[in-house]
Amino acid sequence: MSGHPSTYEPKYAVTKWLDKRLPIVRMGADFMTYPSPRNLNYWWTFGGILTLCLMTQIITGIILAMHYVPHVDMAFDSVQRIKRDVPFGWLIQPMHAVGASMFFFAVYIHMFRGLYYGSYKAPREMVWIFGCVIYLLMMATGFLGYTLPWGQMSFWGATVITGFFGAIPVVGESVQQWLLGGFAVDNPTLNRFFALHYLLPFVIAAIVGLHVWAMHHAGQNNPIGIEPKSKKDTLAFHPYYTVKDGFAVGVFLLVFAFFVFYQPDALGHADNYIQADPMATPEHIVPEWYFLPFYAILRAVPDKLLGILLMVGAIAVLFILPWLDTSKVRSMRFRPITRMWFILFVIACFILGWCGAEAPDDTAFGLKFVWWSRFATIYYFAFFLIILPIMGLVEKPDELPESITKSVLGGAAE
Amino acid sequence: MSEHSEHSEHIDEDKRDFIYIATGAVAAVGAGALGWPLVMQMGKAKDTMAAGAIEIDLSKIAEGQQLKMLWRGKPVFVRHRTAEEIAEAEAVDVSGLPDPQTDNERLMPNAQGQLDPKFLVMVGVCTHFGCIPVGEQGKVSAQGEYGGWYCPCHGSHYDTSGRIRKGPAPKNLEIPDYSYISDTVIKVGKS
Repeated sequence: MSGHPSTYEPKYAVTKWLDKRLPIVRMGADFMTYPSPRNLNYWWTFGGILTLCLMTQIITGIILAMHYVPHVDMAFDSVQRIKRDVPFGWLIQPMHAVGASMFFFAVYIHMFRGLYYGSYKAPREMVWIFGCVIYLLMMATGFLGYTLPWGQMSFWGATVITGFFGAIPVVGESVQQWLLGGFAVDNPTLNRFFALHYLLPFVIAAIVGLHVWAMHHAGQNNPIGIEPKSKKDTLAFHPYYTVKDGFAVGVFLLVFAFFVFYQPDALGHADNYIQADPMATPEHIVPEWYFLPFYAILRAVPDKLLGILLMVGAIAVLFILPWLDTSKVRSMRFRPITRMWFILFVIACFILGWCGAEAPDDTAFGLKFVWWSRFATIYYFAFFLIILPIMGLVEKPDELPESITKSVLGGAAE
Repeated sequence: MSEHSEHSEHIDEDKRDFIYIATGAVAAVGAGALGWPLVMQMGKAKDTMAAGAIEIDLSKIAEGQQLKMLWRGKPVFVRHRTAEEIAEAEAVDVSGLPDPQTDNERLMPNAQGQLDPKFLVMVGVCTHFGCIPVGEQGKVSAQGEYGGWYCPCHGSHYDTSGRIRKGPAPKNLEIPDYSYISDTVIKVGKS
């Protein structure tokens, strides 16, 4: 799995015996000694942070499933019971709910990092594509999980999202009712959402395995985007990056703990403390913050089907990114013009997130939010479909360093 | 291995191809036959279908009042419209509407086979993203610019016939499949 010559020597009789039959200790040892580029910065610590997030969600999730009741009459109360009556439920439930937000926060940083440093370019296309699959599964899992507490936002969020399928021409209504198991979101829907919400994290874990395997096979990218050329350019994963990751995890957990202990509801919506009512819609339906940019894209066009296609396209375009960016230079450190376009792209994503949270007809800085959404949506797609393909052809990149070691040590590398 | 190659048996490639294809076809049909129930179990169950019809007594709704009933997990609006509301609904030139329908086209014949414009029966779900429009009696300000219903989610205005007049919704409020089973009772949905 690690793709570098193994240096593991079994010391004891039992490990020697095992090594001939199932070299699992060797696999772990090779993983720990994996030669990583010596110049990885803190943006590279989010892989480890995300692994921690996935484990946190799975462990807290399994515990919550022991107390949660997936029935429309009991789901809401059972979540409240977990928070109030179940021993340490007050801790475990917010860990799971806040954990979902922290997971998305980390994954967005991880994705922007990959985008900036060109980690999706050859030979790492499979790493990137598996990453996109993980992100897609995370979105599905997050959405399904948000339905389970059966509050008003749970119910109406599920209604709006499953309504997307109703917009498919001809078969839309049948597909939608097949997904719901009824004419509207109801008990059959809640039951299957619970079953799938329990399943998908394990699928994610499996895809993470492929993601890491592909990354170790192709080798890690690094901030200057040139391949390691000699042994001097790399460091063993342990202890150098286990320690660096460990420090970053500590800082990340401080933020995590702040929300869990002091602001467990800040990232959610107050309306979800009202039990689901199919007879009354909340005045303003908003998804969780991590879906807001896509919600803004959805609402940027007046046509329902076109809005959905744009939203799906906003994710689909990520999958083909390795073939859209025509530049051979990976890191945007050496692409001064594209770097500016990238910064604008990040800003556009924030604008979309902001628009997703507001009512389309309200105004900000003299412009209706729906127009802000439109401009940001256009830029979002233009960045991938126009700017990246063209910039690779017209931009003259800065000169690349000779090697990773040279870029770190300068003249002292001689 | 070398012993086998010396014999150089005659291999009938056509026969092998046939066996491959036949085996593959049987496996595909088997997988399909097993897959079908696994996929179809997600559809509507019999009890869900059975709960798909309700009866509503119209005589209990006073003029100007609206009844909201849960049908198939969605609200059904039954509005006993006033004479002004009916007149307003019928006076509209439908040719310029996003989803042109006359008021009569949105009604079902009663027990005598006639249209009764007093009772308007609709699925109370905005055709945009499925929110529930407001517009109950007494909430005049919430009835939108056309005196009917207003969806607070994204600002769709419906008139007194439930037709979309302004805003992002693509279609008029849906008319459910209903019929009069007596002079005053309607049945919404088929069981």
